[in-house]
Amino acid sequence: MIVPAYNEEGAIANVVRSVQEHVPGVPVLVIDDCSGDGTINFARAAGAEVLALPHHLGLGGCVQAGYKLAHELGFEYVIRVDGDGQHDACDIPRILQKLKSSGCEMVIGSRFVAQNGKGSSALRSIGIRFFRAVLRPILGKPVHDPTSGFVGVNRRALDVFSRSFPLEYPEIEALVVLQRRRFRFEEVPVKMHPRRTGRSSITAAKSLYYIVHVLLGVFVNVLKYDRLLHRGPRQPGQGA
Amino acid sequence: MDRLLNVTTALSIVLLIMVLVSVRRAHIRVEYSVSWLAASAVMLILSRARPVLEYITSHTGIPDTPLTLFLIAGSVFLVMFFRFSIIISHLRDDNIALAQRVAILEFHVRSAAKHEG
Repeated sequence: MIVPAYNEEGAIANVVRSVQEHVPGVPVLVIDDCSGDGTINFARAAGAEVLALPHHLGLGGCVQAGYKLAHELGFEYVIRVDGDGQHDACDIPRILQKLKSSGCEMVIGSRFVAQNGKGSSALRSIGIRFFRAVLRPILGKPVHDPTSGFVGVNRRALDVFSRSFPLEYPEIEALVVLQRRRFRFEEVPVKMHPRRTGRSSITAAKSLYYIVHVLLGVFVNVLKYDRLLHRGPRQPGQGA
Repeated sequence: MDRLLNVTTALSIVLLIMVLVSVRRAHIRVEYSVSWLAASAVMLILSRARPVLEYITSHTGIPDTPLTLFLIAGSVFLVMFFRFSIIISHLRDDNIALAQRVAILEFHVRSAAKHEG
């Protein structure tokens, strides 16, 4: 389990304990993105291992650091839960089960598959609908919750992400990176809680920048990996 | 026109001196000073070679010679900014990779110390 966190001292201990409760025995790694508060201490006190970044990298760099470490340590499956307490740890076993049973490279915990999600602002809902429409033809299948950070990946995706991962607003671009390598993803319904503490990194003022940035990232990835599509289908276990 | 060319000459010389002084004081690395030196040299040469400017103006259909000078200056600096954006992007990628590596190594050191202890 990896938990990216930035200034989440108010939520991180509960997140770690909740994860340990629902998937006992599974190592929990909190990646601290150079928080200015006591996130590291609270995470360690709750029983997590901490990967402390020496300076602030942003969400993508933070998550990729966790993927790199997990890849080095030889993990077969990695599930990411955000450190703000929005994701419900009771959904983790379902994501892990889906990863193992389906054989797909990524499983997304989706708020909207069973329409059981709540807590998304109107602005975010509009953004999600917009990106669903953009991604539908690129991915070749609908994705209900492309901005979800509650995701599980297997070793093949880990191999790719440990070397190449979008650095800012990574969720949507990561889907395109996987699709261009002919990897598969599935969605499972999850519950989403309102943020307990802290603030979202995407404020209303940043929304327009977010949309432009992600759109650009999506199209760059489509172009970048275009040649890979012409090399024929990938075999499981084949290097990226 | 002459006054404009004189001002451009003066600005080019100031820029040239500033870059050379910065290189000497190691504020700019030599490899990154080359672009600035080239840009200031181009501006200096153009501001002192009025026939060249007029030749370019007449052959490109630009209505005014000063406008030609500003278009060339703008183009030179746009190319430089683009080059620096590429350099900054590479540096940022390297910086992120290094920060991640440092964090991972610290994690391994801490884990090893814990196991030994």
